[in-house]
Amino acid sequence: MQTAEHPVLETRGLTIRFGGHVAVNEVSCSFHPGTLTAIVGPNGAGKTTYFNLVSGQLRPSAGRVLLFGEDVTDDPAPVRTRKGMGRAFQLTNLFPLLTVRENVRLAVQARARSGLNMVSMWGRQSELIEKAEHFLHRVGLAERSASLASTLPHGDQRKLEVAMLLALEPDIFMFDEPTAGMSVAEVPVILELIHDIKNQKDKTILLVEHKMDVVRSLSDRIIVLHQGALVADGNPAEVIASPIVQEAYLGVSASA
Amino acid sequence: MRAIDTLLSGDLPRSRLLALALGAILFALALAPFLFPGTRSLDVAAKVCIFIVLVASYDLLLGYTGIVSFAHTMFFGIGGYGIAIAMTRLDAGWSALAIGTAGALAVSLVLSLLVGLFSLRVKAIFFAMVTLAVASFFAILASQLSDLTGGEDGLTFKVPEFLRPGFRLLDEPVLGVVFGGKLITYYLVFTSALALFLGLLRAVNSPFGRVLLAIRENEFRAEALGYRTVVYRTLANCLSALVATLAGVLYALWLRYTGPNTTLDFAIMIDILLMVVIGGMGTMYGSILGTTLFIVAQNYLQDLMKMASGATRGIPLLPDLLHPDRWLLWLGVLFVVCVYYFPLGIVGRLRHGGARKG
Repeated sequence: MQTAEHPVLETRGLTIRFGGHVAVNEVSCSFHPGTLTAIVGPNGAGKTTYFNLVSGQLRPSAGRVLLFGEDVTDDPAPVRTRKGMGRAFQLTNLFPLLTVRENVRLAVQARARSGLNMVSMWGRQSELIEKAEHFLHRVGLAERSASLASTLPHGDQRKLEVAMLLALEPDIFMFDEPTAGMSVAEVPVILELIHDIKNQKDKTILLVEHKMDVVRSLSDRIIVLHQGALVADGNPAEVIASPIVQEAYLGVSASA
Repeated sequence: MRAIDTLLSGDLPRSRLLALALGAILFALALAPFLFPGTRSLDVAAKVCIFIVLVASYDLLLGYTGIVSFAHTMFFGIGGYGIAIAMTRLDAGWSALAIGTAGALAVSLVLSLLVGLFSLRVKAIFFAMVTLAVASFFAILASQLSDLTGGEDGLTFKVPEFLRPGFRLLDEPVLGVVFGGKLITYYLVFTSALALFLGLLRAVNSPFGRVLLAIRENEFRAEALGYRTVVYRTLANCLSALVATLAGVLYALWLRYTGPNTTLDFAIMIDILLMVVIGGMGTMYGSILGTTLFIVAQNYLQDLMKMASGATRGIPLLPDLLHPDRWLLWLGVLFVVCVYYFPLGIVGRLRHGGARKG
């Protein structure tokens, strides 16, 4: 899935070692707008660690991260977010004692860069409040907006996580198993949302996902991580059929 | 209704009992010179006004941002020493007052910025230790540089003529109240304290204030949303320090004196902590209730016990237990009971109807 355009996001030889263990091993990869790339691999393959390196939660032992051609390896997470990266977390990561609306509001406000405003009344910024409501509506949480985030059931907390990512309106969307732990009935809402983002054409989407049916239906490209290294990269049908994936990820012996 | 909502920055008491208590305190403080004539009661009222501001500014740090600092009394002291030094060195007029206040604010700003930038990046306990060290150092400095600060004796100074006790606005007392410098100073203290409190209330209910709450709740997530938490924590630290400095200015102005015992004493730091916790952390209104209760108890518990001790004369043991000399013991018991039964403070208790939050 190579296009003539410059990559939005690129990693070059990205590596991180924890003691003697190499969690991510020289991963070089570039991502282009309008493309959804699924990152798959067995548990412990380094998918979430790779995400953490890309979005700045971790610093690499070696290698670079480039965002719109600019080296952001030394930028901390908030700076990368301001430059257009947005991330939803695998383990739900909210502000538990704030309301659902306030959680999304904080993302809307981060996007609007008005966090340093000490004089306006939080409760009267109707434009930002409406925006927050809009994103809550999109994930189907509008009627829960006054509840404390900690009181939501697990599936709704995942939806809130996604609403916060949408509210950041990033150029790069990073989803880390967005449907994990959701009931079967809830999954389509999230998938449809990801589909909508894809249809905007100018967004770059990275998706870590275990469910192969989800990966098949959404992705334009699949990359496979195995023991921290990138072992396959290509269009979905090819990658899923390749022997190395059959062996490494799906657990089928290549000789079988 | 909308005017009140604006004044309170949309953060209404949300409990009838709390609204009533706050209304009663506001009423009592606003009319203190008329309701409680007498030097001592006016002293208590002025101290309540000033400490509400001091405690509220500490709540901004502890309750809203989750920062534990032991340097709050240092900033309080900088305010007091700022005007005391200016008033003793220069002509004791309004310009000296302005210069002293501005100088104190500048010193506090630089100090809080330095302490914040050097230590807010790291673990909370480290920040607490650094503030403790800096505050101790400052207290030692204040007692050693006796040429400048008056050492252990502190500095007694003259205030602008308008505010001196001898000054008379009206020749005759009205309703038994002398309209003089003392009354003017009280209302200067009261209105400044009210304005500062409402300003703090606005700050915690602004977009900035919500980011502080977010940092307290989940710093990692706040960073991921794009908020540089170091910047926010440092700003909160500076804002809190500046307000504490102004409270120090007001206190010195009221006492016409600044010394280590009225500002820098570590016991005051402990008192501030207690007032925040008793009132309810992270509520702002808690500082009003906590401070009022604490200072009134501190000043009048002894009298109350003297009465109780007298009334129970003849009953064994009780008069001894209630002897005025035991007042500190009972104050301690009061705090333990408060903290045990109101883990969310008085305001938390009133708002949540006694239900403990899990």
